[in-house]
Amino acid sequence: MSAPPLDLTAAAGDLRLRRIKDRAATAAIAAAFAVAVAPLVSLLYEVTSRGLARFDAAFFTETARGVVGEGGGAAHAIVGTLVITGVATLISVPIGILAAIYLTEYGNGRLRRALTFFVDVMTGIPSIVAGLFAFAVFALIFGPGIRLGVMGAVALSVLMIPIVVRASEEVLKVVPQSLREASYALGVPKWRTITKVVLPTALAGLVTGVMLAVARIIGETAPLLVTTGVIDSMNANPFEGRMQNLAVYAFNEYRNPGVMKEAAFDRAWAAALALLLIVMLLSLIARVIYRRHGTELR
Amino acid sequence: MRSGRGRDRSPVAGRRSPGRVTTSSSVERAGALAVRRRAGGAGDVVFRRLSTGAALTILIVLAGVAVFLAAEALPAITADPAELPEGKSLVEYIAPLAFGTVLAALIAVVVAVPLAAAVALFISHVAPRRLALTLGYVVDLLAAIPSIVYGLWGIFVLGPASVGATEWLAENLGFIPFFEGPASATGRTMLVAGLVLAVMILPIVSAVAREVFAQTPRRLQEGALALGATRWEMIRMVVLPFGRSALISGAMLGLGRALGETMAVTIILSVSGVITLNLISSANPSTIAANIALDFPESSGLAINALIASGLVLFAITLVVNMAARAVIARRANGEGS
Repeated sequence: MSAPPLDLTAAAGDLRLRRIKDRAATAAIAAAFAVAVAPLVSLLYEVTSRGLARFDAAFFTETARGVVGEGGGAAHAIVGTLVITGVATLISVPIGILAAIYLTEYGNGRLRRALTFFVDVMTGIPSIVAGLFAFAVFALIFGPGIRLGVMGAVALSVLMIPIVVRASEEVLKVVPQSLREASYALGVPKWRTITKVVLPTALAGLVTGVMLAVARIIGETAPLLVTTGVIDSMNANPFEGRMQNLAVYAFNEYRNPGVMKEAAFDRAWAAALALLLIVMLLSLIARVIYRRHGTELR
Repeated sequence: MRSGRGRDRSPVAGRRSPGRVTTSSSVERAGALAVRRRAGGAGDVVFRRLSTGAALTILIVLAGVAVFLAAEALPAITADPAELPEGKSLVEYIAPLAFGTVLAALIAVVVAVPLAAAVALFISHVAPRRLALTLGYVVDLLAAIPSIVYGLWGIFVLGPASVGATEWLAENLGFIPFFEGPASATGRTMLVAGLVLAVMILPIVSAVAREVFAQTPRRLQEGALALGATRWEMIRMVVLPFGRSALISGAMLGLGRALGETMAVTIILSVSGVITLNLISSANPSTIAANIALDFPESSGLAINALIASGLVLFAITLVVNMAARAVIARRANGEGS
């Protein structure tokens, strides 16, 4: 696509044609944009309208234990989602932020370059592969039948850590160098400078990054399908037995609808709607926090 | 954004800075500083080790993914083909899956990349500024929607909606191998799976493209406009050549994502283990990821090892694609700096 030189004398001749081309190209770009956004509109509409059918109190308070037809809920899946995501966050955030601190404050030479590169590569790991990794680790220790909530959390951490590192690094990078130097000039050691000056300055951005990372992993299905398994009753202990989660719940209701298909599909859609709302809420809150408290960074 | 690379790191090493700055000769002050320096020294060592440890942990985990998958795949690799699922050799078992994986991902990339380029251009150069910002958020939001939701949308909405179109394709364009037909009556086809994947990777591709399109040097754009170019000519001659490598690397990142995407394909595709280019029939090759999600919960013994072996193949494919994409981006970032 090498650009031909602008030939102004010839260009002036067919100015009208060029104007028309310009309009046509603009219209085509706008049309393509509309085509690209149409699925989003359709998806939001369908999930909302179909999900509302079972978006009731029972959905949030009852489990699926013993439910064969209508009724039942996803309380166990909601608790499972919170526990698994919480444990994954507890693992990922310290490692992710410390690694970002390494990248921006300490790192140099080959380890820094390698980390930057491999964190990027890690963001591309298929989620199912992360699940298989967690399964392989635990299966080698406990045998192949093992299914635990914490296995799912490990799998999600593999997906979450690179996102946290990336986001935190971007935020730490824009903390003005002058702030660090002012702190050093006052005789403050480097680690105190980081914990007392750099991190507080970047706090809003760090929180935003973590929330967006949580939003990205909270709807994961595939890695949990192979690590936490499927279960119909409540289990809030990540170190004991199978654990349900909203995304897997939605998938299972769709895959194994049982005798009353429509009721199961309604539950699947309600779970999808709940997930969508959680994800959007997280993204929205993250943006608000960043807008309100993160402005000094820009 | 890799602009931070060239920026100078802290010119003053934290541990030594108190000594450099002190001009006071007061003994008390110097003593206090010495104490603080020692405390800072110990704290610095701990903190440096902690952060370096976190960095190493990440590299170890990544290596661990490869090592543990290989360890669990080994029994299937060394096993007698007769003991494996379906009695086929591992290569025969994985080949149709790998074919399906690549086919679905290619459909997604072919559909998504032109659209993503248009979306990026629309936001960076066509839409009014204020609107563009909002639109950017909306497109980013697409990336956050869980894949299970896309899957349900694909099977219940897009699939049924596609039946009429695929029947028309089979009737009128049936001579093209892709549309050979007979068209599936449920819409659970490779085409629909590929289209849903396209919707899913579009935000990633367009985010990469948008960032670079917006970085096109102003002087070049204004220069083109000053020479009398229309906006489209300016885009074609300045913005697109400038952003081409970003679009390529974005496409490869999208390809990597599409290759590994699991749930949407698992839900949508009706699979039968064939190798075919026919995109609209009800007999489709499965993908590696979808096959794992479908079979894993009900498998045991060597079947699990075979599934993990297929996962290892998927990992290798996506790793190569992603590393290539990152290499393109890195080369571009270096070229810019010079």
